[in-house]
Amino acid sequence: MIVPLTHVLFLAGIIFVMGLACAIAWRSNVIMILIGIEIMLNAAMLAFVGGGSHWRLVDGQVFSLVIMALTSSEVSLALSMVVYLHRRKKTVNADEFSEMKG
Amino acid sequence: MEQTFFYILAVVVLVATLLAITERHAVHAIVYLATSFFALAGIFYLLGAPLVAVFEVIIYAGAIMVLFLFVIMMLDMGQPEKARGPSLKEWWPALLLGAIIIGAMSTLFATNLPETLAKWSYTDARQFSRVLFQRYGVAVEVISLQLLFALVGALYLGRRKQP
Repeated sequence: MIVPLTHVLFLAGIIFVMGLACAIAWRSNVIMILIGIEIMLNAAMLAFVGGGSHWRLVDGQVFSLVIMALTSSEVSLALSMVVYLHRRKKTVNADEFSEMKG
Repeated sequence: MEQTFFYILAVVVLVATLLAITERHAVHAIVYLATSFFALAGIFYLLGAPLVAVFEVIIYAGAIMVLFLFVIMMLDMGQPEKARGPSLKEWWPALLLGAIIIGAMSTLFATNLPETLAKWSYTDARQFSRVLFQRYGVAVEVISLQLLFALVGALYLGRRKQP
């Protein structure tokens, strides 16, 4: 461990807050909400890797790999959903998608 | 030396992420985000996780960001004049929430600081895969099933409607 764990956790926390702010502030744009979720998951990965490096366990890295697989499947599903909804309503505004039938 | 690299990369990550979330042009935001992910991969390498760093570059910066770029170009969102960023009215809840979280975190870290630097450890691919496939073998199965489901779902959602 080259830096204290608190610095790594603080960095992860700031990145998480940025992703949260992105998802909240751009709440009318589906793509930017997805980008915010990406940033938040990256911050979680950084926290896991930092913890694994601090306690010298490989488990943190294994879990970051699990998060990566989760993210890739989530993004592929969400983006195909965005393409599908855009084909139906010609917009990516999240407020337009308030009904299930349309 | 490594500490200096860590702090430089941390600043790069923070600035690139900040630019990405305030950028109005979606393609520019994706490029800033790819920069941020590259710097984060460097941080992972410094933390002794080279395999995760490589996966970060390959999967995040290589696959997921390109997927985002494809979708943005396919939906023709790459025009900055048509794009509309969030106004101040939409920013202030996010800023308030962020300030509260960062303030809470700062007070938490300022109160107790057990600055114990553990010895730097490095995980090579052998150790990593040993733990992954021996202790977490079920997780690998679950991940593969989940990726299969995501593939089937994406194919179903992306199909052309029959004429």
